[in-house]
Amino acid sequence: MFTLTPEEKTALELSLRVALWATVASLPPGLLIAMVLSRGKFWGKSILNGIVFLPLVLPPVVTGYLLLLLFGRHGPLGAFLADNFGIVFAFRWTGAALACAVMGFPLLVRALQLSIDTIDRGLEDAAGTLGASPGWVFVTVTLPLILPGIIAGTILSFARAMGEFGATITFVSNIPGETQTLPTAIYTFTQVPGGEFAAFRLTAIAVVVSMSALLASESIGGIVGHRIGVEA
Amino acid sequence: MIRVAVQHRLGSFDLKAQFVSDGRVTALFGRSGSGKTSLVNAIGGLIRPTCAHISLDGEILVDTERRVFVAKHRRRVAYVFQDARLFPHLTVRQNLLYGRWFTPAKKRFGQLAQVVELLGIGHLLQRRPRNLSGGEKQRVAIGRALLASPRLLIMDEPLASLDEARKAEILPYLERLYDETKVPIIYVSHSVSEVARLADTLVVMAEGRVEATGPTADVMARLDLPPFTDLIEAGAVLEAEILKHDDSFGLTVLSLCGSHLWVPRLDRHRVGAKVRVHIRARDVMLSTRPPDRLSALNVLRGTIAEIGPQRGPIRDVRLDCGGQAILARLTRRSVESLHLTEGATVYAVIKAVGLDRQTFGAASRHANGADTTAIPI
Repeated sequence: MFTLTPEEKTALELSLRVALWATVASLPPGLLIAMVLSRGKFWGKSILNGIVFLPLVLPPVVTGYLLLLLFGRHGPLGAFLADNFGIVFAFRWTGAALACAVMGFPLLVRALQLSIDTIDRGLEDAAGTLGASPGWVFVTVTLPLILPGIIAGTILSFARAMGEFGATITFVSNIPGETQTLPTAIYTFTQVPGGEFAAFRLTAIAVVVSMSALLASESIGGIVGHRIGVEA
Repeated sequence: MIRVAVQHRLGSFDLKAQFVSDGRVTALFGRSGSGKTSLVNAIGGLIRPTCAHISLDGEILVDTERRVFVAKHRRRVAYVFQDARLFPHLTVRQNLLYGRWFTPAKKRFGQLAQVVELLGIGHLLQRRPRNLSGGEKQRVAIGRALLASPRLLIMDEPLASLDEARKAEILPYLERLYDETKVPIIYVSHSVSEVARLADTLVVMAEGRVEATGPTADVMARLDLPPFTDLIEAGAVLEAEILKHDDSFGLTVLSLCGSHLWVPRLDRHRVGAKVRVHIRARDVMLSTRPPDRLSALNVLRGTIAEIGPQRGPIRDVRLDCGGQAILARLTRRSVESLHLTEGATVYAVIKAVGLDRQTFGAASRHANGADTTAIPI
């Protein structure tokens, strides 16, 4: 029987918590940005587009370092949030979640944007003529129709968060029990002599978790796609 | 009563149209690209015109001068689009009830059951739109629009994407719709036969302008409207009363202009009912003497009211036939060889088989129509 050691359990739990928070918290702003990028016509759209997709092209270490500069204890945003709201990111699991959210954001937005682009605007017009206000049109027509895109985007962003390494270790370091996620734990074990077996066990856990997430998204996407009559 | 005056630029296309109508069914007729859809989109609130004044029963929907623009979801102007636009993620039943959700209870009319019965879609309620045929989709779309309890129903070429068989399937439902509901309708179409059959008021459009407007029979009897006269289907619309059904020959006798018109049997209409007949100009021959020994059953006596301008080898002639107009499409050669002149008495010969089922509709669909018993659904 495969039982987890307390250290492994901690790392797995932390990884899941970080990835879940990163995904859930980035969904609303992701939707907003995707709507704006897909539908909006304004000056500076390509600049916004560039900022959103920057983490995809920058080395993760650079993103992590930028986060450290901005959200560190002495960074402008970090100090502001700590002083006014008591939210601290530096060297906390919340920081790991922030790093993961930023790294996964482009993938989430991309998936949502593609999905929004494919919606027949005529359906939204039809809903409007039937008396639905723009808010209700979004909730009753737009949102259900982009559900496959939301699922695909969240899974991508979740998977990215589970595997995030560079930005996390740069921003919040590798503290067991606080910021040590699966990838950073594996890295630690590979750095100590005789740690290969522990690293292998963690690798197996990572594979199982990622695989489950993929299978879950496949089946949910299939059901949703069937329900709304589009191929997910 | 709907009043519309719209000016709008779309790229190089310039829409500048106005009309007033208090008809039950107002048809916007014109070729593709004549601006019909832009005009109804302005009425429905799907576009924001540069300059417009639109009011419905005295309530202003758009007045650009006074900066009034009522949002589309507050207008209670429902749409039936050419492409149905049913929500794919909802069942037929949920689609039908969608608009009801957003209608204040006091303003609702019509019950799901009645609308379902009217349109014959009871067996589809649990299905999803993607599994429906084109005709079924369109019927559901009509029901969905009706159940939003609109003050005005816009139908933008609802039959244009259907084949002939599907059109024939839906037309009777449309007629029932007009007869059994009180909602005024704006019907956009480029089909003469649909307009002749369904509309009581006609607005003819060409190149973004309104060319003519008035009662359908009057407008269709005009000889100077190229959007109409250029078409094969051009012809007059007349009102006639059903005198009797002749079962032995499968014919129906109509009383028209003090004479009899024999047509293929009209099963759906009672004796005594008034029907409208669309007599295509190309199905009418003229004779200067009473013809005899002809196979054609129908001969109507009338006087020539107008001879239209010549278009190639063709001239259209309008007869006055006991107060109603009949159009005949002749060759210029015939007009000259028969010495037809305005005021002359002639005999119009109409082939009964030329009057197929597509050319008949129930008559007198006016707001206060005497013939129709409008029940509120």
